[in-house]
Amino acid sequence: MSSILHFLTSRWGPVITGTVVGVLAPVLVMLGNPGNMGICVVCFTRDIAGALGLQRAGVVQYIRPEIIGFVLGALVAALAFKEFKPRTGSAPLVRFLLGMFAVFGALVFLGCPWRAYLRLAGGDWTAIFGILGLITGIGLGIVFLRTGFSLGRSRPAPKALGWVMPAIMVTLLVFLILVPQFGRDASGNPTGPIFFSTTGPGSQHAPLLISLAVGLFIGFLAQRSRFCTVGAVRDMIMLKDSHLLNGVIALIVVAFITNLILGQFHPGFANQPVAQTNEWWNFGGMALAGLAFTLAGGCPGRQLFLAGEGDGDSAMFVAGMLVGAGFAHNFSIASSAAGPSAFGPITVIVGLAICIIIGLTMREAVATAKA
Amino acid sequence: MNNNIETVDARGLSCPQPVMLTSKAIKKLNKGTIEVLVDSGTSRDNVSRLAKNSGWAVTVEEQSEGNYRIVLKK
Repeated sequence: MSSILHFLTSRWGPVITGTVVGVLAPVLVMLGNPGNMGICVVCFTRDIAGALGLQRAGVVQYIRPEIIGFVLGALVAALAFKEFKPRTGSAPLVRFLLGMFAVFGALVFLGCPWRAYLRLAGGDWTAIFGILGLITGIGLGIVFLRTGFSLGRSRPAPKALGWVMPAIMVTLLVFLILVPQFGRDASGNPTGPIFFSTTGPGSQHAPLLISLAVGLFIGFLAQRSRFCTVGAVRDMIMLKDSHLLNGVIALIVVAFITNLILGQFHPGFANQPVAQTNEWWNFGGMALAGLAFTLAGGCPGRQLFLAGEGDGDSAMFVAGMLVGAGFAHNFSIASSAAGPSAFGPITVIVGLAICIIIGLTMREAVATAKA
Repeated sequence: MNNNIETVDARGLSCPQPVMLTSKAIKKLNKGTIEVLVDSGTSRDNVSRLAKNSGWAVTVEEQSEGNYRIVLKK
């Protein structure tokens, strides 16, 4: 057992994690999740924002157990391997903003990097523009990293701080199970506080316990293997290090094979599930997301896993994603199947400008002192 | 020959900064001893991998729980 667990921190760790995601994500689709959305950290965070009433798009409201599982699975791994280290203080407010803008960009594309790769593996060729945008955004982030960008150092924090995000996830799990309702309006619609879609993608989900178990398992594996869908591209471009990229390639290849076996591979540009075909804004949205993720140090999944390890700064990024997901629908930023929404394109441009300002202004005189 | 020891303090920094700082020190020194201080298992693994791939010998000491001193020699 211990040799298997040790294996996860070897160069095979990301490959194993990517392989597991590649099998389980299409299986979750077969069991009820929306098409090519076995796992999408941003879409699922958006659904949670909807379930909490932070956005009122009736078709995307559900407390996704996969997200809860990601944080709690990473927590279990971190506790078991003595890596639970509460810390904070590395520009939390900027991380909150980056989380918001990452979500704006990703919801113009309609998916986070995890889903971009899964869409590709399901034959959705519009994902290609998103992935090219993602690579461009990461490339831009690397330019800032190389020229001295830093969000500064975190400091060790009291143990209690590290338990905040896991506690929030347990609370969400309670809401998911109990679905508290305070009443109904004159037309008979529930008035909340928890909203679940009855139609649309929010109503499509695999059985709760299966989704939760998959989330816990992937959260555990990813904490050990440091799986990151943005770090994969970043490290390859910047350091010529394919350690994490091998995991993403495994994810795409295995998800493609699993989709073929399950009859879920439908190649083409048009009529793909929860996708839009505008290549420019698929590209632009993910360029913004890629830049924001790179400046924050990792993909949205990685932010959840780090939050599970006790990282209060990643938890702030997650909070930014949740709030941003609310704004994305309330302000008509998120795209629909018909294409970009009224304020999607302008938000991408403003978001890029703000992230570039962050990239240019956040720096730290880093000590490389001679002994 | 202590004049060729470089210390990189990467504690508290997010990915990929610990690796970038180590890479910078490796390029600058070319030969000698580099001491890298990190405070996460992720940074410990990433820095060790970079150093090994660049042909440096790596020893890791755990100073206190979750704090590591990585010594690179070439």
